[in-house]
Amino acid sequence: MDRKPTDQVEVDRLNALLLRVARQDRQAFVALFHHFAPRLKSFLQKMGADAGAAEEIIQDVMVSVWRRAESFDPTLATASTWIFAIARNRRIDRLRQERRPEVDPDDPALVPDPEDPADRALLLEEESERLHRAIRLLPPEQADLLRMAYFEDKAHSAIATERNLPLGTVKSRLRLALARLRKVLGEEQ
Amino acid sequence: MTPTHHPAEDFLVAYAAGTLPEASSLIVATHMALCPDCRAEVRRLEALGGALLADMPEAPVADDLLASIFAQLESPQPKVGPIGGDGGLGVAVARRPAKASARTVIPEPLRGYLGCDLDGVRWSKVIRGVDEVSVPCGPAGGGAGPKVRLMRIRAGTAMPRHTHGGSELTLVLSGGFSDETGHFLRGDFVATDGSVDHQPVADDDADCICLAVTDAPLRLTGPLGRLINPFVSF
Ligand SMILES: [Zn+2]
Repeated sequence: MDRKPTDQVEVDRLNALLLRVARQDRQAFVALFHHFAPRLKSFLQKMGADAGAAEEIIQDVMVSVWRRAESFDPTLATASTWIFAIARNRRIDRLRQERRPEVDPDDPALVPDPEDPADRALLLEEESERLHRAIRLLPPEQADLLRMAYFEDKAHSAIATERNLPLGTVKSRLRLALARLRKVLGEEQ
Repeated sequence: MTPTHHPAEDFLVAYAAGTLPEASSLIVATHMALCPDCRAEVRRLEALGGALLADMPEAPVADDLLASIFAQLESPQPKVGPIGGDGGLGVAVARRPAKASARTVIPEPLRGYLGCDLDGVRWSKVIRGVDEVSVPCGPAGGGAGPKVRLMRIRAGTAMPRHTHGGSELTLVLSGGFSDETGHFLRGDFVATDGSVDHQPVADDDADCICLAVTDAPLRLTGPLGRLINPFVSF
């Protein structure tokens, strides 16, 4: 009875689609579009884009997905995380008109990771499964603040005003939510 | 050696979510280049972003969106713009060319913003023993944003005592300094707010090179500071 949890089945399905897109598979691309476009739309709208701007960014994102799918590595990120990162960057580009400074993993000045990445894929699979479960188990008020802090371009003080909570409460609930998620993810890696 | 002073969690969350302004993102990402712990934490927070995206409700999109995407895919590919490194996820559009070697002091992404490593920096003197160069950051022409500067404090030099009207973020890139709150070395990230009146002193053995992001001018508070304040725009 070695059934994988449904979240993990879904993660595997989306990863497999994205890997097929890397081989220029149009059918897989259409399936990914139907899965992600409606979610990206609510994500981008939650982050302050209007419907038109959200769809422009989705178009950008999906074009990048098609053109850059070959650089997707399922041992580094799930398809959702990879697409989330593209959408985040496209949004910064288009709405804020800023650059996004990122670490260059090939920079000789980079202090390298101590870990051995051999079993990275396995860790990642376990992690994403536990993460999905943990988010659903968060107390609603923590999950709510987490989504606000994460998705809405708002300072903690603005969240506090909107939710009519003291700033300290917002900060401590967020800290609790993150501590919980971190515990679930384990710090062992 | 890895850093012992890190950005607070809310900086890392905002960086992973993409809500942190560019100047703060630059100093956080440059810290991450020197800090495997914070890189790992941001990877976890990006995974959180992916999981939250997966859980988003579905909003209907225009019927012709997919067709527009295919139309764009069939048209010739425009040249890609310079959008920094790929942060390890392979999602950025292109990477700036950046000369580097094993002796490189300034890590990416800061090196790309500066356009050179430490040996190419053209310093200008602020006061005796303290030099700076401003780092271009943010939308072109946007002068109201935070100030991003690379600072060089000569070995053993005490900075004038000062406070901040706003916050100051500091990342040590070479050498070290001490103030009332601790001793900071390469990779250490220090955040101070307006209430801190401090006097950083560079270590005796080497010049201290720091990246500083300030969102308000420093206010010099020592006796000397009060004297030179009107003349120094820090
Ligand atoms: Zn760190």
